[in-house]
Amino acid sequence: MGGLALAVDASGLSRRYGRRWALVDVSLRVPAGTVVMVTGRNGSGKSTLLRVLATAIRADRGTARVAGYDIRSAAHEVRRMTALLAHHSHLYEALSALQNLQVAARFLGRDAGRSALLPLLEETGLADRAEDPVSTFSAGMRRRLSLARVLLQEGSVVLLDEPYGQLDPPGFRLVDGLLTRLRAQGATVLMATHLLERGRALCDEAIALEEGRLVWAGRARDLPGDGGADPSSLGAAGA
Amino acid sequence: MVLAALRKDFLLHWRARARLAAIFGFGSTALLLFSFAIGPSAEALRQHAAGFLWLALLLSSTLALAESFESEMQDRALEGLLLLPAPPRAVYYGKALANCAQLTLLGVALVPVMVVLYDAGTSRLPGLLGVILLGSAGLSAPGTLYAAMTSQAKAGQTLLPLLLFPLVVPVLLSAVKATSLLILGDPMGQLGSWALLLGAFDLIHWSLCGLLFGRVVEE
Repeated sequence: MGGLALAVDASGLSRRYGRRWALVDVSLRVPAGTVVMVTGRNGSGKSTLLRVLATAIRADRGTARVAGYDIRSAAHEVRRMTALLAHHSHLYEALSALQNLQVAARFLGRDAGRSALLPLLEETGLADRAEDPVSTFSAGMRRRLSLARVLLQEGSVVLLDEPYGQLDPPGFRLVDGLLTRLRAQGATVLMATHLLERGRALCDEAIALEEGRLVWAGRARDLPGDGGADPSSLGAAGA
Repeated sequence: MVLAALRKDFLLHWRARARLAAIFGFGSTALLLFSFAIGPSAEALRQHAAGFLWLALLLSSTLALAESFESEMQDRALEGLLLLPAPPRAVYYGKALANCAQLTLLGVALVPVMVVLYDAGTSRLPGLLGVILLGSAGLSAPGTLYAAMTSQAKAGQTLLPLLLFPLVVPVLLSAVKATSLLILGDPMGQLGSWALLLGAFDLIHWSLCGLLFGRVVEE
């Protein structure tokens, strides 16, 4: 993965939790407008990589520039340019779906009016539950609302951590549509997923992590075997 | 941005208004129990009324402050705000102002309970409201900071009073003295000085805690 305009340029990223290294010396260059699948077994460091790039957590070692900004010295700018769909929904349980979007819109300086935000809820299939508190939502509905929030952010770099998780088949199509839309808008997407066939079909590039290390990188359609669920299937590191 | 944060916190407080009623019940019960400790002497009750009002408010404030961060920690809503990105200082001042409003409301609601239990009324109601407002500000500024800190810890609800109480002693002393002068009379004209001292502590707390909040909530 090379190119002049790099949306993500990471070098030697490492991160540990206590004594365990979750991310070890990961270097990555993602050209702007590329859709990248991030795969690997549970606990291989996918979420940690996305969270470090989103500046949700700090790297213990290494450097990275996201959308041209350094994740250490210009975290605020990185956050302005990125949108993260994390494992946690980032939602207020006591507030309704619409109120959650309104809170985000006000901080983003966007129109927080009902008419401006309802289309997002319609797009994610939540328009009829707009006034219901999030505490009454199923896990899949929370995921949809988090996706609506990501759409609202309009980041040039979008980091999706298992976006298909907890969704039903129409939800899968919603994420597929979102990826297509983001690609058309020229956004750079890093998507952590275990759904390899979907990833191969929708993504340009792929990387595989194993025990925090980058063990494979290349074109998504060339990703071998089970994409890191069995490390031996990947052969020699293509990174 | 502060306005956006304030609006969000008022909305969250409104949604959790039943809790505020429960906290008021807790404060009233504390006042009742303190009155038992003094005995039936009307004079002694009046003399201790201001101190017990602020103790009841202080104890209630730990519940209110801890709960104000519960919704932020569920599903990491606060992290989501900071990644938008919302400036940490705006998030802090929005929450501290909302907490201050809630504590002021609680303090005002406890005054009639104090009047009934301690026979400790005052005709200088605007002055009393002002002292309650200044005292609540002095509790909510460091309280919001420490609530953010302890909400990430396992024994957060226990840690909060341990950290908060020593820090707010000067605020508490000033507030008790000013309230006491309003109830018992102020022949030496000391009220202004105590209120000024209370205001000075508020200024220090609101300035410093706003600066430190970013370091507390960012990893």
